Amino acid sequence: MGMMETSFTTPGTTTTAHPQEFLTFRLGAEEYGIDILKVQEIRGYDQVTRIANAPAFIKGVVNLRGVIVPIVDLRLKFNLGEAKYDAFTVVIVLNVLGRVVGVVVDSVSDVLELSAAEIKPAPEFSSLLDAGYITGLGTIKSGDENGESRMLILVDIERLMGGADMALVDRAA
Amino acid sequence: MAETPNPGAQSGSESGGFDLTQFYGVFFEEAGENLANMESMLVDIDIDAVTGEELNAIFRVAHSIKGGAATFGFSDVTELTHELETLLDRLRKNELNLRRDMVDVLLEAGDVLKLQLARYQGSSDTSPDTTQLVARIKRLATGQVLTTADDGRRRLSVRVGPLENPAAADNLSELFRDIPSLGTLEVGDGGKASADGYRTFKVTTTSPDDELIELFSFHVSREQITITPFDAAAGGAARAKPAAPVASAAAPMEGDGFGFFVDPKTLPAAQTSAPAPAPRVAESKPRADKPAAGGSLESTTLRVSVEKVDQLINLVGELVITQAMLTQQAKNLDPVQYQTVLAGVVDLERNTRHLQESVMSIRMIPMAFVFNRFPRMLRDLAGKLGKEIELKTVGEATELDKGLIEKIIDPLTHLVRNSADHGIEAPAVRMAAGKSASGTITLSAAHQGGSILIEVRDDGAGLRRERILAKAKERGLPVRDDMSDAEVWALIWEPGFSTADLVSDVSGRGVGMDVVRRNISALGGTVELDSAEGYGTRVSVRLPLTLAIMDGMSIGVGAETYILPLGSVVESFQVESGTVQTIGGTGRVVRVRGEYMPVVALDEAFSVPREAGATGSEIMVLVEAEGARTALLVDELLGQHQVVVKNLEANYRRVPGVSGATILGDGRVALIIDVGSLVKRARH
Repeated sequence: MGMMETSFTTPGTTTTAHPQEFLTFRLGAEEYGIDILKVQEIRGYDQVTRIANAPAFIKGVVNLRGVIVPIVDLRLKFNLGEAKYDAFTVVIVLNVLGRVVGVVVDSVSDVLELSAAEIKPAPEFSSLLDAGYITGLGTIKSGDENGESRMLILVDIERLMGGADMALVDRAA
Repeated sequence: MAETPNPGAQSGSESGGFDLTQFYGVFFEEAGENLANMESMLVDIDIDAVTGEELNAIFRVAHSIKGGAATFGFSDVTELTHELETLLDRLRKNELNLRRDMVDVLLEAGDVLKLQLARYQGSSDTSPDTTQLVARIKRLATGQVLTTADDGRRRLSVRVGPLENPAAADNLSELFRDIPSLGTLEVGDGGKASADGYRTFKVTTTSPDDELIELFSFHVSREQITITPFDAAAGGAARAKPAAPVASAAAPMEGDGFGFFVDPKTLPAAQTSAPAPAPRVAESKPRADKPAAGGSLESTTLRVSVEKVDQLINLVGELVITQAMLTQQAKNLDPVQYQTVLAGVVDLERNTRHLQESVMSIRMIPMAFVFNRFPRMLRDLAGKLGKEIELKTVGEATELDKGLIEKIIDPLTHLVRNSADHGIEAPAVRMAAGKSASGTITLSAAHQGGSILIEVRDDGAGLRRERILAKAKERGLPVRDDMSDAEVWALIWEPGFSTADLVSDVSGRGVGMDVVRRNISALGGTVELDSAEGYGTRVSVRLPLTLAIMDGMSIGVGAETYILPLGSVVESFQVESGTVQTIGGTGRVVRVRGEYMPVVALDEAFSVPREAGATGSEIMVLVEAEGARTALLVDELLGQHQVVVKNLEANYRRVPGVSGATILGDGRVALIIDVGSLVKRARH
């Protein structure tokens, strides 16, 4: 209890000269990165209590050591990957906007350090994921010998979770 | 005056010396409590039948505050309480008899002490001027009678003349009209000058003579003004010397020159000529929980910060969850093999419940805490409005969570003020309407179906339907003449619909009933108003018991579990075939003992997924909320247990139809059903 009290840096102040650490995870074939400081813990997918008449991507709420935490399935939200729930389903518990929220992803891959130079701005485009939530695109050299690099989509998870379409936060009517 | 200390910072003793500041908090709390006790004792006191015990108790209050204040060096508090002590000491020794004017001054002194203490606490920076008050207490302690009410107003006779043009004196009336705080002026002698060119006026004011003369001299010359106390004026004025602020021998004055303390012997009429009938607020007696007086409390109570109590409640909440889990797991054990374990689990359950009840009761405060502040308020209000108001309180022992109590004070105060101000009529009006001269305001509190119901009732004029409708039309609200009364009364709650210009012509305080409703809604409560013109008004405030733990009934719907607050459950029953009928094709009703109730199928309301071919349920739970009943169709009744209420909003958002969540014995989350909104949905 009381772990939600911590305050976080506001969005937009994250671009500093120091390399930033990102937690990367997969949704279908895509790879995403979020600020590691927003991550509280990673755990398996528990039995979720469904909330009536909530959007389909809000799976419900779980009991996280006495705290009621909503669970969002990002795969359903962005129509990526298969929404399977088994022993390998991973929930990233985030600490954003003074709240605790769990997000379901296909898998968690890595913790990466990216310097500002390695982050490129995202081009203008239209997708389910509003470009406003994307802080940039990172490039990772994969370890294998043919030297191909992968693209990492860096997301401002705080803004994404607080966004109106997430329906996680009560909006003043 | 010394700098304001900051008792909030209990910094400990960095200086190494003995640091008194750490005791400030205790002193302020005690003093505040003592003053509140004193006030309620004074308001309750029956002047004709005052007991030595009561006087002793009041004396002890003054004495203990004085002692504390002297220790901390709050010299102004010490000075005032010292004078109080002198007066009270003589009273309790029966050297003086308690009189109404003494009670007034004692109450005023209590208010001033509160202000003084507030200043030391840093919550106020005004330093009240106590010289007049101290002087009055001294007068009383020497056995003298004050001629006026406790607000320091004096009644004076002002004689102006000889004037060449008596009309010039009329300007004095304008003076009083322009400066309302000056007081009032009545023209004496029918507004005509006497033969030798003198005019007399009757003045009621708080200003000293010098100030009055200063003001009057704008219009008439200084030498022409004679000011005498009103009651002495009859005999003394003729011989009064011009420009003398106090009268001559006919009215012997006290040395401090204000001239409003008059020896009782010369003033037989002083008390009978008091301007208004003494305001009277009687309180219903006997009061169940009259606060114990003075020092006797200390030995039996313990001051604990609310934080510590809340921490306890949280811990007990976790314990309840663990206990529920153990109980559930123990059900699977073999009773023969695990006999002692099972017995232990039963003990654990009982002890947990007792522990939890005890811990919760720490936070519970009787409603008397709120109700007790109204006698004094109404007493003052009745005096100001010239009305007679009797206060009745019912159910002051009803307990409510401390957090709720604190938040309900303001809305309730507003409602009571409204009743006194706009509800209760003036005595003459009441008599004309065939009612008793004194109006009654009834405050009641009771637990009802898992919530607390607080009512403010008055037997006053009630609301006037046409007037509200007219006002609503004026404001452009959508109203029709054929609206039901309930709909008309509901208009009162509209923002900007000031009750002041609506119900009476008494100037409003600028706060509308919409604020009251907003405050109560913020607590999760509802407020309703009912009125009958000529008979009175009743405002009912219903607050949910938003306590951390409550009794719940768990029900199964499909594969899901929901919790119903046990307080709202009336009964549950098996549906018999033929008792459920539809209305208009979709709306369903069930007949229960000859009454038709709307039916809400929970699986539909919460869109619970059903396996194909699963049969519908046959169990209904009859729930009640806001006076309306609805039958909920559920699959099974799982049991009753205590649940720890957690709110969903902390990490998520409000969910329609759900008031919160709880954690079940197996660690899963179950949603608590908001019966009120379900009932509403069923009815509309």
